[in-house]
Order: sequence, then structure tokens, then C-alpha cells
Amino acid sequence: MDKIIAFPQMGNYDVPARFLFSHILKAQIMSAKKITKNTIEIGTKYSPDFVCTPFKYTLGTMIECLENGANVVMQFGGGCRYGYYSELQEQILKDLGYNFKYINLISAGKANVKNIYHEIKSINGKLNIIKSLYYLLITKKMVKYMDKVDDYIRHNIGFEENSGDFEKLNNKMLKEFSKVNSLCGLNKVYRKYFKLIKKVKINKPTNCLKVGIIGELYTIMEPFANYYLERELANYNIEITRFTNVHYLLFEKGKKIKKYLKDTKDYIKYKMGADASDNIARTLEMCKDGYDGIIHIKSAFCTPEIGAMPIINKICDEYDVPIIFFSFDSNTSEVGIKTRLEAFYDMIEMRKKR
Amino acid sequence: MNCYLGIDIGSISTKGVIIDDNNNIVASLYSWTEGNPIKAVKKLINSLKEQLPSNYILKGIGTTGSARKLIGLMLDANVVKNEITAHAIGTMSIHPDVHTILEIGGQDSKIILTRNGIVTDYAMNTLCAAGTGAFLSSQAKRLNIPIEEFGELALKSDNPTKIAARCTVFAESDLVHKAQMGYSKEDIVAGLCKSIVLNYLNNVGKGKKIVGPIVFQGGVSKNKGVVKYFKEVLNQDVIVDENGHLMGAIGIAILSREQKSEKTYSLEMSDIKFETKGFECSKCANNCELLRIYKNNQLIETVGSMCGRE
Repeated sequence: MDKIIAFPQMGNYDVPARFLFSHILKAQIMSAKKITKNTIEIGTKYSPDFVCTPFKYTLGTMIECLENGANVVMQFGGGCRYGYYSELQEQILKDLGYNFKYINLISAGKANVKNIYHEIKSINGKLNIIKSLYYLLITKKMVKYMDKVDDYIRHNIGFEENSGDFEKLNNKMLKEFSKVNSLCGLNKVYRKYFKLIKKVKINKPTNCLKVGIIGELYTIMEPFANYYLERELANYNIEITRFTNVHYLLFEKGKKIKKYLKDTKDYIKYKMGADASDNIARTLEMCKDGYDGIIHIKSAFCTPEIGAMPIINKICDEYDVPIIFFSFDSNTSEVGIKTRLEAFYDMIEMRKKR
Repeated sequence: MNCYLGIDIGSISTKGVIIDDNNNIVASLYSWTEGNPIKAVKKLINSLKEQLPSNYILKGIGTTGSARKLIGLMLDANVVKNEITAHAIGTMSIHPDVHTILEIGGQDSKIILTRNGIVTDYAMNTLCAAGTGAFLSSQAKRLNIPIEEFGELALKSDNPTKIAARCTVFAESDLVHKAQMGYSKEDIVAGLCKSIVLNYLNNVGKGKKIVGPIVFQGGVSKNKGVVKYFKEVLNQDVIVDENGHLMGAIGIAILSREQKSEKTYSLEMSDIKFETKGFECSKCANNCELLRIYKNNQLIETVGSMCGRE
């Protein structure tokens, strides 16, 4: 039987993930459907009630993929409770009666290279290590470029003259990214599109409102999980900064955590799991940088962020910077979030005018 | 003379007020929404029209409250804004030195902190309804006490019984338990009022610095028992304005005035046909519930879609 490989979704990161897997595994890669209400409904149905929402989203996606004919599912765990996700999700899917191979890339927060090698080898017997490392390098670069472009767009999307210009170009770039074959080709596509994106006409005042988004990684990076919060913010003509992205999590976090702990030594002593310490450090940084407001988002029951919230609140209190906390669950009222966001905008605008 | 209409359409009650350029209330009305905001607003406007002297010209309409978008479309309002901002603006126009606004309405409760005439912080209840008017009125019904007499009855008790305030379900079972044990009605009612206060301060007011002057408003502020326990627990004076229930409407009327619309509005409602039709879209797996809004048989807006489909 031909192997059809699937993996959970998060934002636009299926592009680099599909690129990497298709080149290394030489097998058919299934493009999971974009997350919809259906995804979260079936995810919720088969998840423990009080588990955090990313568990439900990823489980929902995996079920959708298995229903569509996938027979190999890849998942990874790590960080917080997420470290136990993979094993639990495998058990749930097996209990549901699906017949498939489950590949756990990172188990209990640790990547076992030997194990991963064997798993990959079992799918692609003719694995070429040198070539695979090359594709890994391209993927790393691709993620870096994506995140760089994303950061630029996020800073400016609230001020674009023709609404939709940024998104169109970004989508085109991602499409071409998925077709590149060499590092040189990737660099070319990136340079071409970044130039075009920088040329998009924007109408940005020098003293616009600046808001930073921090919080739990999945809810931040998957727009469906935060009800397109960034799109909503852009409508208010706000410059948005977001710190967490895949490049940060995979390649920068390890180096930065020491500095973060040093910066925040007045508030915390130890690492607090997942991104909690990082978010505390960013809060302090933003307060000192004169941001107009901070938005903290997380999925309901996210334990590390719950631990970080009182400290974040305290910092914001000391620096007198407005902060708002949003907690997203599978059945959060969207209207409630919009009302609070609108009030938050009114508040920071009033403060700025003074 | 110019005047401005502000309407606050809440889940339980609909409030309307017409103010002039100097914030004087020219006409006002408090009525029940009864689950039909369109009908409630039509009735409200007819009544306001009768109160309004003929030499006034309506130069702006603002809507706030949970049905603000719908009614905003219906009346072609020049300002549609959330109730947090509206309440803050309204309250500050009457009590310029206010520092804390406590608000408990039918379905939600909020706290707004203001300094020097601007909102500096706010919070709104997210998960629990135990600290809202809807809970009080359902318990009043259970005890067979008219909600209007609830507060007076609470004042008669010297010994409010403790009622778990964490959650409506626990509060209700606790209340039944205390009643069956034989506690007097006064003590139970007083205990309920106190539990509302404690729940509010624990949930909504958590981590907020509550400093005076404090203004308490929203439907529940009419309950004297709750006011008494707010004063007792906060150990500070709590101002309850006689127009406290109209603050949201006043605030949104002021915002509508500040918008300086050139248009002149009419309060004639009888010739406007306003209808909504709900249906489920089946074009993708999101299955959004869409609502189409028709004004005089013309589609003016579709709400509820994630992709922007009309």
C-alpha cells in the first residue's frame, strides 16, 4: 500500500513542512484541509474536556486526514503538557479504530535523532543523508524568510492603501516557495517578493498605535484558533508586533532564554515552562519600549501562561501599560472578544491622545 | 435646538435618552427588551418622540449594548460603540472625578477604572453569570419575591447567611440547602446580595485597585441590598446615581454628538420595514450561521460569515 503522510496544521507552516517531508520521505504528502469549525468539533468530541485547545485542533486535523485516506500521521510533543500530547493522541486515534502508522518525532520534549532516523528510513529505504541535510537547510531558511516577511506585513498591514495587497503577495510567495528546488532558488524567490511587498503602498503615520501580541504559541500562530485576531486589529490601524514564530521556537529560543532570565531577575528566578518566561521578558521589553498596549492570548487551561499572567499583570501595572488577556476555547463567544477588543482599542487611543 | 439620541440595547432592558448640547436630558425611557430588540427600539422611539418638544432637531444617533450593530443599521446611526466605552464616557460626563465604575447588568458585569477623564483599565466577566442581574432575578423567582422588593428585604437582615458565590450552580444548591435548613427569607436574600458582591470582586475586580470616588450602576445598582454590601465590603462610599441605568445611553449620545454628523435624523419609525432572516451557509465545513438584514425589503448587510460572503 502506498504511504500517504499527514501532519497537523498551524498557520502557513504546512508549506515548509510539506516541502521538507516530500523531499526526504519521497512519499505522498497529504495537504490537510484548512482548519474549520468541523475540525474543532470533531477534535473536541474525542478529546478530554479540560485539555487545552491546541490538542483539540491537532486531533481534529488528524482525524480529518485519516478520514481522507492518510495512513501515516506525524506529530510531535514538547514544552508543557504538549510533551504528553503525542502519546495520548496516538492512543485516542487507535481506540477510534483507525489503522495507521504513527510517527512521534519529538517525544516528551526530546528529539531522539536515532529514533527519527529509523522512522524515516522505514518510510524511505533509499534515504540519502547528505541530500536530506541540504533540504533541511533549505527548510530552515524558508521558515526564516516566511517569518521575516510576516513580521514586516504585521507591522504594516493596518495601513495598506488597497486592502488585501499584502495577503495576495504573501500567498503567491508561499506558492513559489513550495516549488523551489535549491537554496539559490529559494533566495531568489524571497528577494523578489520581499521587494514587491516593500513596494506595497502604505499610509502609515509616524506616531501610530503600537500593540504587541504575546501568549501561548499555537493560539498565536493559528489564526483560526484566535478568531483572526490580527486581521481584526489591522482594521483598527494598529502596528502589530508578534514575537513567537516557528523560527524563534526552533532556532532562537534556546539562545535567548538566559538573557531573558537575566532581564527579568526582579520578577522570576526559574524557567516557567513553554513560553511563560519568554512572555514575561517580552512584556518588560515592550513596557520599556513605549508600546501602547499588550494583548496576551492563550488557549483555555494553558498552565504555563496561567502561571505567567499575574507576573505580566504586575509588570504592566508598574509601567502603566494597558494589557488585555484573552482565553480561547472551542466554544468561546466571538462577539464577546470583539467587544472587549473594541473597548481596548478605544482605551489605548484615548490614552494616546492625552 | 440640536439634540442627540443614544440607545443602549441590553439583553434585558433597552434604554434610550435624548440630550442637548449641554448634556441636559431632554427625554429618556427605560423599557424591557423582551428578546426582541427591533420591536423594543421601535416602541422606545415612539415614546421618546412624544416626550420631545417640537423645536428640537435630531442631529445624531448612537447605539451601544449587545444589539448595537443591528439597531445601528436599523436607525442608520452615526456611532456604534461598545458598552464599556459608552458607560465610561456617560459616567464621566456626570461625575468627572470618578475613579472606579462598577457596573452589573443583566448578562454581564464590568469594572472600569478612569483617571483624569480617560479609561485606564477595564475588565468584563468572562465565564460566570453568578454575579449578574439574570442570576438575581432567577433566584428571586425561586423564592417568590418580586425583584423590586428584593433589596428592601435584604436590608431587614442583620445576619446574612453565607452562600457560595463561586458559581451559579453552587450558589443555587447552597441557597436551596439554606432554605431547607430553615434560615429566614431575609437572611437568605441578604446572603445572596452579599454573594453577588463577593463574586463580582473576586472575578471581575480581581487584581484591580478600587479607589474612590466609586460609582455603581447597571440594573443591579437599583438593588439596595447589593449597594449596602458593596459599601460594607469595600469600606468606602459607593455613589448610585438616579440616572445610573441611563449612563450607557448618555455616553453613546455624547459620542454621537462629538462625531458632528451633518445629517438630520427623523424619529418617524412607522414607514421603516426592518426584517432579518437567518440561515446556515453550507459552502464550506465552517457552516457559518448567517443573518441577512433587510431594510424596506432591501438587503443591507449580512453578518456572521467567516469568509465575508454575503
